[in-house]
Amino acid sequence: MTLLEEPRRTTHLDTGWAGFVGGLWQHGVDVRDFIQRNYTPFTGDASFLAGATERTHALWTQLSAMFPRERELGVYDVDATTPASITAHAPGYIDRPNEIIVGLQTDAPLKRAIMPFGGWRMVATSLETYGYPVSPELETIFTKYRKTHNDGVFDVYPPAVKRARHSHLITGLPDAYGRGRIIGDYRRVALYGVTALIAAKKLERAALDQQASTEDVIRSREENAEQVRALNELIQMAAGYGFDIARPATSATEAVQWLYFAYLGAVKEQNGAAMSFGRNSAFLDVYLERDLQAGVLTESQAQELIDDLVIKLRIVRFLRTPEYDQLFSGDPTWVTESLGGIGLDGRTLVVKTAFRFLQTLYNLGPAPEPNLTVLWSDGLPGGFKRFCAQVSIDTSAIQYESDDLIREAWGDDAAIACCVSPMGVGKQMQFFGARVNVVKALLYAINGGRDELTGEQIAPVTAPLAGEVLDYDTVWIAYLASLEWLAETYVDALNCIHYMHDKYAYERLEMALHDGTILRTMACGIAGLSVAADSLAAIKYATVRPVRDDTGLVVDYTIEGDYPSFGNDDDRVDEIAVTIVETFMAMIRKHPTYRNAVHTQSVLTITSNVVYGKKTGNTPDGRRGGAPFAPGANPMNGRDTHGMLISALSVAKIPYSEAQDGISLTNTVVPTGLGHTPDEQVTNLVGLIDAYTLSHGYHLNINVLNRETLEDAMEHPENYPQLTIRVSGYAVNFVRLTREQQVDVISRTFHTSV
Amino acid sequence: MVAVQLGRSEFHHEQVDAHRAGTVASVHSWELVTAVDGPGTRLTYFLSGCLLRCQYCHNPDTWKMRDGALTPIDDVLARIRRYRGVFTATGGGLTLSGGEPLMQPAFVARVFAECHELGVHTTLDTSGYLGTSASDELLDHTDLVLLDVKSGLPDTYREVTGRELAPTIAFGDRLCARGTNVWVRLVLVPGLTDAVENVDAVAEIVARWPNVSRVEVLPFHQMGEDKWDRLAIPYPLHGVQPPDAALQDRVREQFRARGLTTF
Repeated sequence: MTLLEEPRRTTHLDTGWAGFVGGLWQHGVDVRDFIQRNYTPFTGDASFLAGATERTHALWTQLSAMFPRERELGVYDVDATTPASITAHAPGYIDRPNEIIVGLQTDAPLKRAIMPFGGWRMVATSLETYGYPVSPELETIFTKYRKTHNDGVFDVYPPAVKRARHSHLITGLPDAYGRGRIIGDYRRVALYGVTALIAAKKLERAALDQQASTEDVIRSREENAEQVRALNELIQMAAGYGFDIARPATSATEAVQWLYFAYLGAVKEQNGAAMSFGRNSAFLDVYLERDLQAGVLTESQAQELIDDLVIKLRIVRFLRTPEYDQLFSGDPTWVTESLGGIGLDGRTLVVKTAFRFLQTLYNLGPAPEPNLTVLWSDGLPGGFKRFCAQVSIDTSAIQYESDDLIREAWGDDAAIACCVSPMGVGKQMQFFGARVNVVKALLYAINGGRDELTGEQIAPVTAPLAGEVLDYDTVWIAYLASLEWLAETYVDALNCIHYMHDKYAYERLEMALHDGTILRTMACGIAGLSVAADSLAAIKYATVRPVRDDTGLVVDYTIEGDYPSFGNDDDRVDEIAVTIVETFMAMIRKHPTYRNAVHTQSVLTITSNVVYGKKTGNTPDGRRGGAPFAPGANPMNGRDTHGMLISALSVAKIPYSEAQDGISLTNTVVPTGLGHTPDEQVTNLVGLIDAYTLSHGYHLNINVLNRETLEDAMEHPENYPQLTIRVSGYAVNFVRLTREQQVDVISRTFHTSV
Repeated sequence: MVAVQLGRSEFHHEQVDAHRAGTVASVHSWELVTAVDGPGTRLTYFLSGCLLRCQYCHNPDTWKMRDGALTPIDDVLARIRRYRGVFTATGGGLTLSGGEPLMQPAFVARVFAECHELGVHTTLDTSGYLGTSASDELLDHTDLVLLDVKSGLPDTYREVTGRELAPTIAFGDRLCARGTNVWVRLVLVPGLTDAVENVDAVAEIVARWPNVSRVEVLPFHQMGEDKWDRLAIPYPLHGVQPPDAALQDRVREQFRARGLTTF
């Protein structure tokens, strides 16, 4: 990075830095160095935490009174006429005199903005859905004068991509909505102030100006100019609230406020699928600790700051269409905050503020956002591990990711974007690629490239598999050909999308809070892994006969005999699952990517496992057409018969090196299944998460719930406004899921004993 | 998986010998579970074969040894080794349950001895009815016994199981004399095992065993009925309701009144 090659003092005075240990971070933008030199690891337990103040409680109560209307109508309110930008809306407040941290996306809480640069149709459809007028003037602008990301993509998609998209072989592509999964390093604004960040960007520009004006360099210069423009707008936006964020934050309160303003600028402008928050607890803790030590802040006030910040993060909203909600149910925003972990030097990154973030789930009650994510390692301090387990048991609101795997791959300042995607904060971004249906790809292999539901020719014509019984080797060879074509088509689609996203809906502010030179990943993904693995195991170990309709299309299968199924720690089938992941990853890697992004993939479905299942016919494992897939990398419901951990150990065999964008596993246990006493339950849950991560498991969602609670919540949603459950990679208010998804969640294996 | 069905025409003498020597076992199933069959996360093998016919049995498909899958001890040991890290992380270990594991005592003795070689905690889940089959050596390698006492009155015991209570008490006394850690269990079935005198009798017996570190009162549930139906065995407890909270509290209090840690 340019700044480090030419170290120099930042231009501003270091008024905000009194008492901090100096270092490299003072000579260039380097938040990690600041944290490492200044943070205080905490190895105690949760007993220091403070409850909610009356003010916090009153503010949250006031806001909560607005949620029923929002739940009922789908949206609380929309500003239908102001295209969003960092400065488009006047300052907004929930209850100005009682807010410690201020700032809203629009001029009022829960009022959603329109963000037309991703695509006009999505905006118009959303407005029509919720009964708001569509401004003819804006329609003219965004259909006649201003091209959108969505228009751009459809100008360049080749026919194969359109076919694969139409048949739901590839779905959820961010071609009509913001790609998200970019985390600005919002901490930079607090530590350096925006003026210094602009100066740093200008240095980057100076370096770019030294290079010949090739296409890449021209694009980088234009992006740099947009970044600087966005930073200036950020100063303006904060000034509207009466704050001068051009300079560094000087206190804990300012640090939280500056950090939040930076994030707010991002969510004012971008409707990304996931607008994640980063890894902020150790950073904020330095400021909080400084003020606590100086005696100008009490623990209760420190907690109040975090509570107030979290209240704001809970009401981030985007205007979305019903089709979008089907894929990503429950109105998620993925304001993911990563907590805990261990540093490269072996010191824990657990700080008191990590506890304070978790404490918000008690002070404000459970909620799906922010998506609190614990970077777990068996080496974390015992007090923190036990508190996390307690929070899981009490709220089901947090998820766990393997800190060891993430640190090894991406360092100790990486955060999770969205559900399971790790990235070095400010150093790395991803091109989000949704996912492909590897089950449908298998059915296409059997049917010579025709769709099993419509009979349409989607993939290139190959010979349909003949014979009365499916032969494993024959099927596997055909499957390889089908996957090869899919990988090629898929990377094609993603290259088109991200070229156009950069061109028409560039994330100016989020990228302004990145280094000039960054690592980009092309995040591919697969859905239906357990169905595909079980189907192949059935073909290999049982006798599977295809049932053909009168056009020769295989529409069903009969199965004789037993076959080993994924989720039982049985290598015969687990190796098939692993091979699918490795094989598809290798195929993806063959294809060049836009901006030389590094190829990765995830095994993650979010809630689209229901939609994917609905669009996929009968499968050779005996699954009926239309039935949901298992979410993420989960084994199929009820086929994992040896206990929750055994099921997890099958999933843990999927090598992280071949799925670096994450491997998602969701499990639900009933509280008594963890032990007799609260203490025993905590001990046992800690042991389970340790056992899973020590076995190289990557991600674990844990719900601790009774089935009866969920059934009652379906019938009486009004009694469960805050009931939170983890689904694939994020959490939702259970009562905001569609009925179909509620049924899917309930029908999933409940481990009465784990 | 190397497992063959017993009870077929190819039932070989070698297999009988292997069974006697404890190098194979008739296994119904296995699972890795937490907080139910001993401390931590446990690999539990359910062995086939039981002489009792408990009315509330929720695994009647484990009654007959010939219905199990004949499984070599090496397969079992391989699995124990594979989950050693899990046992360490969770404070768990191996549990042999059933059926009645002491129907196959040589196998239990061998597996437990191997576990101790590996540093793995061992738990025996038994009715105690076949306690005399457990050698001192077997018990040397048993860290915890889950002793399912079932009833404190001989008549009730006979009604519940079709067998006698005395062997269980004798086994409990032996464990007491050895100082083996024991968790006592009682399945609470309304109208069958819940009489005040019956529970008191259990509590009185248990109270004289200082080696008992906890008592678990397990509320009866109807989840086993399907299996009885599938096996076409008449189910004696059809329509019986699980014990309500008040009844469970009363029974647990009967144990607690004698200073026993009870769940």
